[in-house]
Amino acid sequence: MTPEEQPASQRQRIDPYVGQYAERAVGMVASEIRALFAVAARPEIVSLAGGSPYVSALPLDAVGEMIGRLVASHGDTALQYCTAQGDAGLRERICDVMALEEIRAHPDEIVVTVGSQQALDLLTRIFIDPGDVILAEAPSYVGALGAFASYQARVVHVAMDDDGLIPEALEEAIARTAAAGRRAKFLYTVPNFHNPAGVTLAVARRPRILDICQRAGLLVVEDNPYGLLGFDGGPMRALRADDSDGVVYLGTFSKTFAAGVRVGWAVAPAAIKDKLILAAESAVLCHSSFAQLTVREYLATQPWLEQVKDFRELYRERRDATLSALDTMMPAGCHWTRPAGGFYVWLGLPDGVHAKAMLPRAISSRVAYVPGTGFYADGSGGQYARLCYSLPSPDRIREGIRRLASVIETEIELRDDFGPAPGTR
Amino acid sequence: MYELDRVVVLAGGLSAEREVSLRSGDRVRDALAEAGIDAVVADADSDLLTRLRADPPSAVFPVIHGASGEDGAIREVLGLLGAPYVGSVASACQMAFDKPTAKALVAAAGVNTPPSVTLPREAFHDLGAAAVIDLIIARLGLPLYIKPSRGGSALGAGPVRDAAELPSALLSCFAYGDIALIERLVGGTEVTVGVIDLGGGPQALPAVEIVPGDGGYDYAARYTPGKTEFYVPARLPGEVVAQVARIAIAAHTVLGLRDLSRTDLIVDETGTAYFLEVNVSPGMTETSTLPMALQASGHAFGTTCVRLLEQAATRGA
Repeated sequence: MTPEEQPASQRQRIDPYVGQYAERAVGMVASEIRALFAVAARPEIVSLAGGSPYVSALPLDAVGEMIGRLVASHGDTALQYCTAQGDAGLRERICDVMALEEIRAHPDEIVVTVGSQQALDLLTRIFIDPGDVILAEAPSYVGALGAFASYQARVVHVAMDDDGLIPEALEEAIARTAAAGRRAKFLYTVPNFHNPAGVTLAVARRPRILDICQRAGLLVVEDNPYGLLGFDGGPMRALRADDSDGVVYLGTFSKTFAAGVRVGWAVAPAAIKDKLILAAESAVLCHSSFAQLTVREYLATQPWLEQVKDFRELYRERRDATLSALDTMMPAGCHWTRPAGGFYVWLGLPDGVHAKAMLPRAISSRVAYVPGTGFYADGSGGQYARLCYSLPSPDRIREGIRRLASVIETEIELRDDFGPAPGTR
Repeated sequence: MYELDRVVVLAGGLSAEREVSLRSGDRVRDALAEAGIDAVVADADSDLLTRLRADPPSAVFPVIHGASGEDGAIREVLGLLGAPYVGSVASACQMAFDKPTAKALVAAAGVNTPPSVTLPREAFHDLGAAAVIDLIIARLGLPLYIKPSRGGSALGAGPVRDAAELPSALLSCFAYGDIALIERLVGGTEVTVGVIDLGGGPQALPAVEIVPGDGGYDYAARYTPGKTEFYVPARLPGEVVAQVARIAIAAHTVLGLRDLSRTDLIVDETGTAYFLEVNVSPGMTETSTLPMALQASGHAFGTTCVRLLEQAATRGA
């Protein structure tokens, strides 16, 4: 076809619905970071990025047989709808799990959810109008921030230190929010083995945090995915154990059993629980009966506490490999937390080095992490990176940290040549 | 006609354009299926050679973008295997993928291309970044456009309108590669022209005009449906349409490209077109311009892919 023969120009409408999306969908666009994470999934890359549990450590044959028996013996229930509150038998078992953290709960107080992520979504849905304030640690779990953003919440971050949330910073954030003519709807906190910071709220601070929130009439959302994965001593007493009226507790089987079953739960004061059930009904009608009964059977028939102990030992070994490698390989100017459980080390980078800007070079060097920017609602946090040690073997962790150290050294050289990366000054 | 009973679409790879490549691969496979050809999508991983050896393909359609896909490496290996493939040979890919090389060769054929300098990271380190930056601005002026010398999808690339922005733009660029191509930014209409050769010599497809939103034609603008507007054919005067078509054919020919390519250009306010870069493995996603241009010129996407594969199979390794 010659140019003279070309037809009249036409606008290509690749998405005919542009202009019709809700305001909250404006930020849902393709991103370089997601593109880089697509590479991180390849086996050539040592991924210290995703927070995936090491499910290969599960007795997969036994779990498979258990699921086979479940379908054969309870198929009519497992493959049927159930109530939005969740299977009663599973909720009884969840009470036993929470008793390990000294929570005394009745099965009626529990709502089963699709992982604890759905509990976050439902809580945000029932509490947050656009512009409402949520207090959250600085940094905070990226999945929670995503749920909060989808309801257009305004997140006010509260500083942490090595002992977790700082009570004075919480008081100050509450006062600052009130002075701005706003009232925070709830405090979102991950008190144990924080994601991403790796720190744990000190025992001495816990009553103070609860007291501050009680005095301010501030609901606490206690998200505790890693509570049973501590490396030193038994599980810590949950915040909910000391304030059943002021704390909504979120739990999950993603880290203690299997992330793929997508079963979590919320324990909430009665009025909140009722709204959660109604919100869950409108969201999904009911959750997967099959997944719920799988977890129920797992808890009833498998040595699950022994398995959690195995997970703890496995993750402790990987934590040790991570810290040892960081101690010996990281260039000057880096600093990091020393988690006593869970999956994460929070790595602080040398001044002027930006974790997001550094990621493409890291991927080229075949190591991946999550830039700190994902853990702040305003996209700050570029001077940090989250390292997750749950999935790679200790040898792979050491190799990954060796590669990362080399990448950081190059970034330091670039910083010296071109000045600090934007967002790090 | 050769039977296309074992077609492999190569997609993925390890570059930052992996996700885009996987989407391109899925789209090519689906289009082939609609045209009656069953194809499998394979990644360029450690299993690939074993698979191709065990079950030699009738032809391979590589849609790996970025390094290894476009720098000729994969095609060199396909050649070693004796596997017929769609697209340019490795040596041509090497010249086309390296943007400064491609610019120089195309410019030598009399085509306009924005003035530029190419500098490795070490030059800034060894000679002092501030002094080198001063020299760049003194030579090229402002605004500038910075991009890695190799790579695509605008990763690590962006405009510089103020001298103070240049250091951070270079930092972004060097995150994706160790050599920067620093071009004088030519303002105007952004167009891209596909070239296809179905046996009768390279033919330019209708130019596609790209109208990005406020943030420019960056990664998000490229791969978020609706974020960028495209006009096919480009809203350009006839003589400019002819000019961009000639440039695309010239780039394809001068670089020794084969089967298909896509040339990106800018047309300034006087109607002068400038060659920016050429792609030997153009995107085939739902937001990519080559499939749009094919459709606008009456080429069904799937049928065209089949013809390219038939051509490759006939040609042999």
